[in-house]
Amino acid sequence: MKRFASALMLLVLMASLLAACGQTTASPSATTGAASPAPESPMASASPAESPMASASPAASAAASPSTSETATAGAAAELPNVEGLDLGTIKIASQTPLSGPQSALGTGIRNGSELGVEQMSKKVGMEVQFVPFDDQATEDIGASNANQIAADQDILCVAGHLNSGVALAALPTYKNASLLMISPANTNVRITDDFGANPAYRVVGRDDVQPAVAAKHAFETLKVKNVYILHDKTAYGQGVADFFRQLAEKAGVQVLGFEGTDEKSVFDPVLNPILAAQPEAVFWGGIYSEGGPLLKQMREKGIEARFLGTDGLDSSELSRLAGEAAVGVNFITIAGPVGQYPAASQFAKDYEAKFSAATPSFAAQGYDAAALCVLAIAKAAEKANARPTRQQVLEAMKEIGPYDGVTGTVTFNEKGDRVPATYFVIEVKTGDPAQWDQANQIINKIDISPEGQ
Amino acid sequence: MAVEAQSKPMITRQSSWNTLRQVFAPIGQILVFIVGSAVILGLIVVLLGLVLSRVMEQPNMLNGVFLLLPIVIVDGLVLGFLYATIALGYTMVYGVLEFINFAHGEIFMVGAFVAGGLALFLASNGLLAAIPPLLFVLIAVLLGMAVSGTLAMSIERVAYRPLRNAPRLVPLISAIGVSLVLQDLVRLIAGPRRFYLAFPDLGLNQRYQLFQVARAGGGNLNVTIDSKSLILIVTALVMLIGLNYLVNATKLGKAIRAVAQDRPTASLMGINVNLIIALTFLIGGALGGAAGVLFGIRYSTINPYVGFLYGLKAFTAAVLGGIGNITGAMVGGIVLGFLEAFVAGYLSLFTRGHFGGADYASMAAFLILVGILIFRPSGLLGEAVAQKV
Repeated sequence: MKRFASALMLLVLMASLLAACGQTTASPSATTGAASPAPESPMASASPAESPMASASPAASAAASPSTSETATAGAAAELPNVEGLDLGTIKIASQTPLSGPQSALGTGIRNGSELGVEQMSKKVGMEVQFVPFDDQATEDIGASNANQIAADQDILCVAGHLNSGVALAALPTYKNASLLMISPANTNVRITDDFGANPAYRVVGRDDVQPAVAAKHAFETLKVKNVYILHDKTAYGQGVADFFRQLAEKAGVQVLGFEGTDEKSVFDPVLNPILAAQPEAVFWGGIYSEGGPLLKQMREKGIEARFLGTDGLDSSELSRLAGEAAVGVNFITIAGPVGQYPAASQFAKDYEAKFSAATPSFAAQGYDAAALCVLAIAKAAEKANARPTRQQVLEAMKEIGPYDGVTGTVTFNEKGDRVPATYFVIEVKTGDPAQWDQANQIINKIDISPEGQ
Repeated sequence: MAVEAQSKPMITRQSSWNTLRQVFAPIGQILVFIVGSAVILGLIVVLLGLVLSRVMEQPNMLNGVFLLLPIVIVDGLVLGFLYATIALGYTMVYGVLEFINFAHGEIFMVGAFVAGGLALFLASNGLLAAIPPLLFVLIAVLLGMAVSGTLAMSIERVAYRPLRNAPRLVPLISAIGVSLVLQDLVRLIAGPRRFYLAFPDLGLNQRYQLFQVARAGGGNLNVTIDSKSLILIVTALVMLIGLNYLVNATKLGKAIRAVAQDRPTASLMGINVNLIIALTFLIGGALGGAAGVLFGIRYSTINPYVGFLYGLKAFTAAVLGGIGNITGAMVGGIVLGFLEAFVAGYLSLFTRGHFGGADYASMAAFLILVGILIFRPSGLLGEAVAQKV
């Protein structure tokens, strides 16, 4: 008797689950997923895909590098503050990125770039700055606990970080409470500036609601893909990108054959079976190379011939290492092109190689700019206060920073802390050999656009 | 406690026929469960497809069901054998010690890393291309078995033996500690560059076509199985037969069974209990290591945390089949693999994309497991044993 009672309970549980899913079925095709990463307003930002991008044709891309960076020579922008001789005490700048674990390739690059940025910029403004790197292991709770340590150290006046949007969002409330400026070299999730814009977050890269727009434009107009299967890794970044891509696909009248999330790291068969049956022309991956690589490899082993598209999460030579020859032909959008793409970055690449005896990875240049901006903001605040600035004063100074000539071109922020305009690259992978990654890959297209409403 | 006397005189030499039967009978049982799972689950999804295509007015749904069916069955088989091979180690140790070795998932992971390290080492010396792929698999399996078996034995010596007479929860906590230590130790050894270890190409990329399914929109869908999966299945079966032979037909096996039944009496009969338990860990660990090697070769990307989830699922498989029962572990693994593959393949189709299949595969599979265990608390093949005191 008891057994039947428990079996009945189980049935009730399953039925309630089904009922829950029935309700979602009853509702009109969801425009905002349950885990939709952004409020309604920026969702409308699908339109930047139409206006500024219409002008960017692949043909015009290689020749037309942004005119702003052509003129980028030191001193063309705002005057650098000079705080030589002021007694400022100990000033530290922290960086937080994954230095261990699967994403340490990118995280270490940002850390090293930031170190160079602090070193060189602090010389220019005549200020002693210590650089303190933290390892967030690409995990939310570690990032948040590091943030508490950082906020508690009153000498730290600015943070250059993070790599992962999810980690940044976990740490940002702490920074906000401490009025501690954070300049992000890599976070593209819309909530970074939608929720914490200029208080205390800035970013030197583009936004997720623009990245998928570029990806969609590339897939639907250049590649003329008629149907697509969307996968994501269930993180703030991956699901965010995938959600926007789905909306744009529906807008463009492209059939979305499936939308699935997985947190698998090794065994992708269960995700791939429906794809094999659905036979899409393209698979869009919202996520990082560490899962994208094995996913792609197993996809090809299973005999799925669909094109593989993604965003800047795939931007690492690790993709070639993990996927091998399967990586050839992948198209991804990135906010951080190969370092050779930035006219002003050639010296930086040489310095990086000299100091760390390694090739410059993606995002290292962004790390440099984020840290250099940190130094600038502190120096400006110090100049204004004529003494050691408080964190609040650094935040205020950042608001009036003006255009800065960085290694990734001239950086200008809007009042929300987003960079305008940001550059996006469409890159095709041409090699299965990680060593060839930077030389072999081809830039198909290059687009400068600003977020909606700028 | 009244002990029922066994009236069968087991002391006489077993006839070779009996031995054969004991060693090979499980293969039949496994076959029954494979066919049974495939048929029952297949019928369920076809029926659901029929009903739901009417309810949701989706005439194409049934076609989708039939298209997926062969792929899902092949995958369920591979996944099932994977769980089964890991579950063997859990069951061995539980059968003898009545203790769940939670570090077994990490022992499996170490086996995978041994194979990956070997493959990368050979590839960097340019030897990998010179070795026939099957020979490499054989070497990797043997090496993985040796390393993982030794590791399991030393873990037992260090972390479990001193606690053998402690309350039952203490060794469990010790096992969890060992598993954390192993995870981070491998992470340390692998370093950031090899955290995600990708196997080099082993040249095992042949795919064998099983059959073709016609698509609704024209064209065919080829259902294939790759050689890596075949290797996994064949090796798993060989492991099972070998283990059955060892436990049922050798002197060592008799000693193991004796220790499992009654430790004090076995030691009075002149069995070295400590040695037998150490050997049990050696065998269980070696099986886990072999499973890890096969996993690495089949899925070609591993990381130091891969053992946790698969260990957990394999443990569930062992419980489902009846923990302590060797064939039960295999059967439980197969059933769990099929359940997961079916849920992952069909959930999205039946809920029209509102529930991603892969997302909820584990959840749904485990719910069904709860259902099975309500009616068979001792597992599919387990016998209701009176609680030992």
